[in-house]
Amino acid sequence: MRHTTPLWKKSLAYAVLVAVAAIYLYPFVIQIATSFKTDVEASNDALSLVPNPVSTAAWKRMFGLTEDSSVPFTTWLGNSLFVTVVVTAGRVFFDSLAGYALSRLRFRGRGFLFAALLAVMSVPGVALLIPKFLMVSYLGIYDTYAAMILPLVVDAAGVFIMKQFFDSVPLSIEEAARIDGAGIFRTFWSIVLPMARPALLTLTILSFQGSWNEFGHFLVTTQSDNHKTLVTGLASLVSGQLGAGQQFPLKMGAALLTTIPVAILFFVFQRHFVQGSNEGGVKG
Amino acid sequence: MSASAIKRAPGRGGIHGREAVAGWLFTAPLIVILGVFLFIPIVMALYVSLTNWNGNGSPFAGGDNAQFVGLRNYTSLFTDEGLTRQTFMQSLNNNFWYVLLVVPIQTATSFLLALVVNNRFLKGRSFFRTAFYFPSVTSSIAISVVFLVLFANSGVVNSLLKLVGIDGPQWFNDARGIFHLGGGEAPAWATGQILGRSLWEWTAGPSVAMCVIVILAVWTTTGTFMLMFLAAMQDLPVEVDEAAALDGVSPWQKLRHVTIPMLRPTFFLVITLGLIGTWQVFDQIYVMGKGQPGGTTLTPAFLSYQQSFTNLKYGSGAAMAFVVFVIIILLTWFQRWLMSEERTERSRLRRAQRAAAPGGAA
Repeated sequence: MRHTTPLWKKSLAYAVLVAVAAIYLYPFVIQIATSFKTDVEASNDALSLVPNPVSTAAWKRMFGLTEDSSVPFTTWLGNSLFVTVVVTAGRVFFDSLAGYALSRLRFRGRGFLFAALLAVMSVPGVALLIPKFLMVSYLGIYDTYAAMILPLVVDAAGVFIMKQFFDSVPLSIEEAARIDGAGIFRTFWSIVLPMARPALLTLTILSFQGSWNEFGHFLVTTQSDNHKTLVTGLASLVSGQLGAGQQFPLKMGAALLTTIPVAILFFVFQRHFVQGSNEGGVKG
Repeated sequence: MSASAIKRAPGRGGIHGREAVAGWLFTAPLIVILGVFLFIPIVMALYVSLTNWNGNGSPFAGGDNAQFVGLRNYTSLFTDEGLTRQTFMQSLNNNFWYVLLVVPIQTATSFLLALVVNNRFLKGRSFFRTAFYFPSVTSSIAISVVFLVLFANSGVVNSLLKLVGIDGPQWFNDARGIFHLGGGEAPAWATGQILGRSLWEWTAGPSVAMCVIVILAVWTTTGTFMLMFLAAMQDLPVEVDEAAALDGVSPWQKLRHVTIPMLRPTFFLVITLGLIGTWQVFDQIYVMGKGQPGGTTLTPAFLSYQQSFTNLKYGSGAAMAFVVFVIIILLTWFQRWLMSEERTERSRLRRAQRAAAPGGAA
């Protein structure tokens, strides 16, 4: 006699899950629908899931296809892409270099560096807004790409992830290479990094997500519209800095555009997101 | 390490000498970037918090723009009567309510969701997992914008409420604390002042506007925490389940006396991560009203930004940032300590079990 779950229990579990899933997904559905509504319909009939009439006005405006170009979305999109790609590339390279050194290379001060790294990881980002602004102004790079990119190009959490990964890889292969006379950087570049592909993928995804979604840092290091990203641009749009009115379709469309790249990444590489969030959770 | 240092050939670096050079070269970008954009700036901000810099000229030049004022920016937050303390205390008060609501609700919700999703008989578990986790990977600004539109006066939420005959509030204009929704005057006991705020104000609860941010926070974070609970549940030994089934324990008893106690470390983790996160709330506030209505959505983190970049009182803003800094660092250290305690406790238990095992089998 096998123990089976009673029907009422199954139904209850499904009912709970479906209800909660609806609450979690509904805002995204409404978001898509609203971005295709007219301003009037978005205000008068917020609930409808099928826009009537379908209006692409918001999307045309975002991609500069109308005369009204007061909202430079394409510039913001370009900035987001540029900054994200450079930051991600930088992090993948520099984080794995440092992570490898902290895991493998024996040098005086390594223990201290690692302790400092752990300390840095507990520094809250919101407390760094004023410090970053001070330094960026002091260096005279306020409101430049340098100010946006340089401070983000290495991150402590990424170094930590890479160090943990290298700690878990057996030494023997590298040692064989070293005995064959390969230099340290050579060994790292052509033997260690190719083996680290899973960790590098996780790091790439987390870096992309982190710098694409970054807000506070860009808020205090830039000012002009030319240096806005989708995220800071969106924030200024809803703060009413760019034209009056509710413009719900435009706001929802812009929010959707900001969400899409990370959403695609998430659905393709879900496993790595989960891994990364667990690493972050048990750090220290 | 010391042995290898002795073996090193004098004059030539040898392999370990090269390793030391490589070690510093490999970590140089990390050291430079964190030094220039983290350590030194913190010291700079610490100095600025001792001045009254107004954003003009260099903060380090002294003069009228950046006079050294000692600890005055800090005392004006806690001991000096005045507008600054009043606003700062209001922000602490707001953030306190925010923590008090968000942490228990997100912990309970994520645990319950994990409990349901963990049922083996369910089909489509990965779909539900994905649906619940998705909000937490998207941009906090984008999500806040969506909620801004959802909770607009004629938005989705009020339209839904209207369907069931409720006249929804003007969410983002409603400064009333939820414990004062009934209206009324402060009774005599509540007129006493503590740190520049009356007891009546301290106990008003989060404003209606703040509640929207609470809902948003719970909605975005439960997915992550649910995954942590799920991972821990899947690590629970199967024998415990079997033993419980054999003993005829009811599901409720099993939950109360077996599952929850065994997940204690995960509860600690989720609660402390929640505490750390809720004191850092910033993006959501920036989008949803910047402290309005009536200062009821101000948090210390946001106020510190506003005091600096809007009111141009950088010294005072930096001082607030350091208070936030200290709160969060203390919470983080507390969490790390708790986790390491838990780990040693568990390995001690495991060792004890192993030692007892042969005797138990006999």
